[in-house]
Amino acid sequence: MTETTTLYEQIGGEAAVNAAVDIFYRKVLTDHRINRFFDGVNMAQQAAKQKAFLTMAFGGPHNYTGEDMRKGHAHLVKLGLDDSHFDAVIENLGATLVELNVPQALIAQVAAIGESTRNDVLGR
Amino acid sequence: MSLKTIKLNDREIVCQEDESILDALLRDNIDIPNNCRRGVCQSCMIRSLDNAPPAASQNGLTDVLQHQNYFLACLCYPEQDMTISLNTPKDFFTESTVIDKKLLNSDILLLTLKCSTPLDYYAGQFVNLKRYDGLQRSYSIANNHLLNPDSVTFHIRKLKDGLFSEWAYQELAVGDTLDISDPQGLCYYLPNQLDQNLMLIGTGSGLAPLLGIISEALHQGHRGDIHLFHGSREIEGLYLIEEMQQLTQQYQNFNYTPCLSSDTLANGFAKGRAHDVAMSTIPSLKDWRIYLCGHPDMVHQAKRQAFLKGAAIQNIYADAFHVGTASAK
Repeated sequence: MTETTTLYEQIGGEAAVNAAVDIFYRKVLTDHRINRFFDGVNMAQQAAKQKAFLTMAFGGPHNYTGEDMRKGHAHLVKLGLDDSHFDAVIENLGATLVELNVPQALIAQVAAIGESTRNDVLGR
Repeated sequence: MSLKTIKLNDREIVCQEDESILDALLRDNIDIPNNCRRGVCQSCMIRSLDNAPPAASQNGLTDVLQHQNYFLACLCYPEQDMTISLNTPKDFFTESTVIDKKLLNSDILLLTLKCSTPLDYYAGQFVNLKRYDGLQRSYSIANNHLLNPDSVTFHIRKLKDGLFSEWAYQELAVGDTLDISDPQGLCYYLPNQLDQNLMLIGTGSGLAPLLGIISEALHQGHRGDIHLFHGSREIEGLYLIEEMQQLTQQYQNFNYTPCLSSDTLANGFAKGRAHDVAMSTIPSLKDWRIYLCGHPDMVHQAKRQAFLKGAAIQNIYADAFHVGTASAK
């Protein structure tokens, strides 16, 4: 998987993540399908988590494991987190990258990495 | 050759060449939170007490954290010996004497203390005040050290059945002593962007830290617009109204909007909750710096509103005033 660093570099590395994180988080918070899952969270901590997630989705360095994904979302699964919500997040991720003028071919790669976490996030 | 010595309390830890401080601490069995080890999760953030940490170890931290020499241990490959702290300033106390006490309105007491050694603080920070029997409460500093290096002022709101505030109202007298902790908190003014617009929203005694921040900003020659929104239910809950209005005469870039959330209509007062009024007054908060102090619900909602109006998360500074629970009395 050495090409994953290439994707990260092609997108623009850490600077791209920094540009994306506020746009992505604003989309998520205004998306009525999913924003209730973010009520009551500490915004600064949540932004740091979003940054870690985007870094991973952009093919950058990360220490996320499937187990972390399961633990981190288990309380939300109990509140009804399902495929439709996961789809909404992936959609917001794609829209964020479109807004940042990332080429479609790279967006597809990012979406595929995001997609690979689906079963862990949903605890299956 | 390039071993560095890291001092932590009374211990000395040797940091090897090409070793991060986090790895050195863990190798020495020092318990320090950590997770990603790549500077993303920020769980290993600690503070240097002497030398400025390498710039790379402060990557991603807000400017106030950088300013106080906080850094990420996992990204820190020290360039010189360092003294570090895993403790917080609330563990250190100085003695102070009450030099003045007067009412700002029926519920808020202005308390002025003189410290035995000058307090090194930034306007907007808070301290813990501790009385003779150990009872402590957190209060924001309401003045700025540039104008008043020798004294610190606080706005003590009288709470129903509040052990500390009742005592401060009834018994605490000029000449009495109180212990005062080292200043804490990251919600303060930094004179690093004089042209940045500032929005400050406070409810009740949340005005206290905002006053300190405004006073320091004006003193530093801040050039961006400064908008203060102070809210309460009724007019009686507000205070220093005339002083704030005078300040708007004195400084062209200072704006003051007192807000009433009840049904009261009064000339010169905006109707509505302070954060709602603020958000509907300013169309975009892109590149603004936001300060939010007071009721936790206001702070929580205003943070989200400000962010959705374009403010970056690292530009939103907040201090929620949580009232002590029964068990904390």
